[in-house]
Amino acid sequence: MAVPVAFFAVFFAYPVAAIVTRGLKAGGTWQFGRITEVLAQPDIRHVLWFTTWQALASTALTLLIALPGAYVFARFDFPGKQLLRAVVTVPFVLPTVVVGTAFLALVGRGGLLDEWWGVRLDTTVWAILLAHVFFNYAVVVRTVGGLWAQLDPRQEEAARMLGASRLRAWRTVTLPALAPAVAAAALMVFLFTFTSFGVVQILGGPTFSTLEVEIYRQTSEIFDLSTAAVLTLIQFVAVGAVLAVHAWTVRRRETALRLVDASVTARRPRGAGEWGLLAGVVAIIAVLLLLPLAVLVQRSLGAPDFGYYRALTGADGGVFLVAPIEAVGNSLEYALVATAIAVAVGGLAAAALTRRDAGRFVRGFDALLMLPLGVSAVTVGFGFLISLDEPPLDLRQSWILVPLAQALVGVPFVVRTMLPVLRAVDHRLREAAAVLGASPWRVWREVDLPMVRRALLIAAGFAFAVSLGEFGATVFIARPDNPTLPVAVARLLGRAGDLNYGQAMALSTILMVVCAVALLVLERLRTDRTGEF
Amino acid sequence: MNNKKFFAAVVGLGLVTLSACGSSSDDSTGSGSGSGSKTVTLVSHDSWAVSKNVLADFEKKSGYKVKVLEDGDAGQAVNKAILTKDNPQGDVFFGVDNTLLSRALDNGLFQSYEAKGADTIKAGYRVDGDKVTPVDTGDICVNYDKAWFTEHKLQPPTSYDDLIKPAYKNLLVTENASTSSPGLGFLLGTAAKYGDGGWEGYWAKLKDNGVKVVDGWEQAYNEEFSGSAGGKKAKADRPLVVSYASSPPAEVIYADPKPTTAPTGVADGTCFRQTEYAGLLSNAENSKGGKALLDFLLTKEFQEDMPLNMFVYPVVEGAQVPAEFTKYGPQAKDPETMDPAKIADHRDDWVKSWTSLVLK
Repeated sequence: MAVPVAFFAVFFAYPVAAIVTRGLKAGGTWQFGRITEVLAQPDIRHVLWFTTWQALASTALTLLIALPGAYVFARFDFPGKQLLRAVVTVPFVLPTVVVGTAFLALVGRGGLLDEWWGVRLDTTVWAILLAHVFFNYAVVVRTVGGLWAQLDPRQEEAARMLGASRLRAWRTVTLPALAPAVAAAALMVFLFTFTSFGVVQILGGPTFSTLEVEIYRQTSEIFDLSTAAVLTLIQFVAVGAVLAVHAWTVRRRETALRLVDASVTARRPRGAGEWGLLAGVVAIIAVLLLLPLAVLVQRSLGAPDFGYYRALTGADGGVFLVAPIEAVGNSLEYALVATAIAVAVGGLAAAALTRRDAGRFVRGFDALLMLPLGVSAVTVGFGFLISLDEPPLDLRQSWILVPLAQALVGVPFVVRTMLPVLRAVDHRLREAAAVLGASPWRVWREVDLPMVRRALLIAAGFAFAVSLGEFGATVFIARPDNPTLPVAVARLLGRAGDLNYGQAMALSTILMVVCAVALLVLERLRTDRTGEF
Repeated sequence: MNNKKFFAAVVGLGLVTLSACGSSSDDSTGSGSGSGSKTVTLVSHDSWAVSKNVLADFEKKSGYKVKVLEDGDAGQAVNKAILTKDNPQGDVFFGVDNTLLSRALDNGLFQSYEAKGADTIKAGYRVDGDKVTPVDTGDICVNYDKAWFTEHKLQPPTSYDDLIKPAYKNLLVTENASTSSPGLGFLLGTAAKYGDGGWEGYWAKLKDNGVKVVDGWEQAYNEEFSGSAGGKKAKADRPLVVSYASSPPAEVIYADPKPTTAPTGVADGTCFRQTEYAGLLSNAENSKGGKALLDFLLTKEFQEDMPLNMFVYPVVEGAQVPAEFTKYGPQAKDPETMDPAKIADHRDDWVKSWTSLVLK
């Protein structure tokens, strides 16, 4: 418990508190009056209103589109299922700077919708909502689908045998079992869309702004730290509330359900209706998820003989001190270190949270560890700068800052993946081993480790993929001689010229492939699907 | 209980070792030491670029090793430098432009130093005082898609006034002045041209004439502008974009094969001149090295290296600009300019009025 608390305190709470204090304290006195002042501004109220309703709308739309997908992945067996499941998760870990570009190709001018029906959605709120579905589809499929796959279908069949209609059986048997997972997924999607940054910035044009975008603008462009601090606090309260509800639904979900092995519940679709459902889901995935990704690949191949890919190996472009391809190596190295940190910190936190004597405080810590997902990267980045600037923690120029920032985002995933598995380990096994004379270390090695090894690997893989795609905090601290993949992409996109644009697309494609491969390996390891992601 | 403590100790040790690795790798390049340090650190924005051999030459001649820290876009980099000024990340800051200069000066970001070679700076670029040294200059101008205008048998616009004519309706895309530096530059250009009383009226007409505003340069240039490499792939439909006078040469230099003429041109009468400055940071650890680095930024060798790396123009007398650079993107003849002090006084108000006028 000590390590996660310390990690969280030093690399999250302290930096964020430092930057908020800086903004709210003038001449040694607190300026709490700023809070009401800022809230009184019509512009800010407008931002708050838009942030909330677009998050609600995005969440509803995502559930609507992704729940059939969750069902199909949970109950049906079909060729290419594993590959497809890995692929639909790729958007979730891709940097928004890449996705925004790809997504415009679908809904923007000259995009497919435009060509087919003359419909253009760029700079409308629809583009934002659809992009949010694109990003969060996997959250619903994995969270809800994961549980759905393990619900025993025989329970529903039993109800029908007793005379219940199909709908009634579903409503009285499956739905109640599923509801907490749906709620948890909805809250996660709400959290991600409430704090949406890149999507809104790129697709929304300058007229739409979320709280997160506004914090970025106030900090980074206008340099009004007090307004930024107030907005950070507002976001904090909102995210805290969402997480509290989330933690509550998760705990409710962990009340015992009769779960069975997922492999026995899935079967080949039967009848025209089921095949039609499968086809519909695949079609939606193809249009909404695969198409934007395919556009990226296609644009990266715009030069003959893989010209853009070959250009990545040269350092004469002037954009970097090193060849852009080296960003791949940098990213992999950073992501590995970040994964090690995230697994260590998250694993310890999960272990502490499963202890039987864990009190209210410890359980609250569960939700607290999720907070980094909901706090703006610019706040954390600026916080790092002004708080970690003195020995022994003068890390501002150290490379370790990048993996540390990435680990902050990775830890919640590790905790969420490990917790359910650790909670499932029967305490009596540990006690029995201890009674037979095993040392605590040996108990852990012989009892816990074999059972959690797989979950640990999956957690590590997820932390790895998320670290690979992390952009917001990294862009603040990455050094020019070793940019990460997303940073390199952003910098290439920031320059005129065919070669720069093409290289950005080629690097994005590489990032996509690396993420997809990492996720595919996870799918292979994944037999137990209780984890949330 | 014991196993947990053991585990905690291992992880704790791991973290300490990792951070120790971090600082020791820094030490090997020699940062974080006193004024006798052989390393000098340059803090800049992410458009900073220099040829390897030019930098190596400076390192050899001066005996200093140069470490570069890039801090996001220009505005972000300046703000970060101000936040950390009591304990700065480096010795020299490069890349504060005339639109943000006052913010840096008012916050005491720099200490006095007159760089060697300051007397060779062209008259138009010198500033009062010795807190900052002008290093480069560039123009923010409307770019046009040559092929589009040929195809539609229309003359490209040449002035701000042209942009509000019916012939150019729905053709221009620009950036949000509150989040993008070319967007702000374009706004300041119109404010310089039409004055405090006139620019709002101009923008009202521009809005009526169908100007499109997007958030950043990347979207405007790569997604909306039909003349750029990205825009062509994205089937962009706006043949006019607010960008830089140096964008056309970039379209040639970063093309393979290289065309004989640039696919885009610059509307000469729509330019706003930006100048970038560097200065010695207050509380710099290695002020001696910092001074040497500032001197280096004004040498002909560095000034002549800039155009093809950062796509900007030199500011010292007699520095040669590569032919391919001037051929495809000559500097604007008579750009709009504005005193940094005036920008500082009005920037926030103008951006606010602009936002409610154009975006709402």
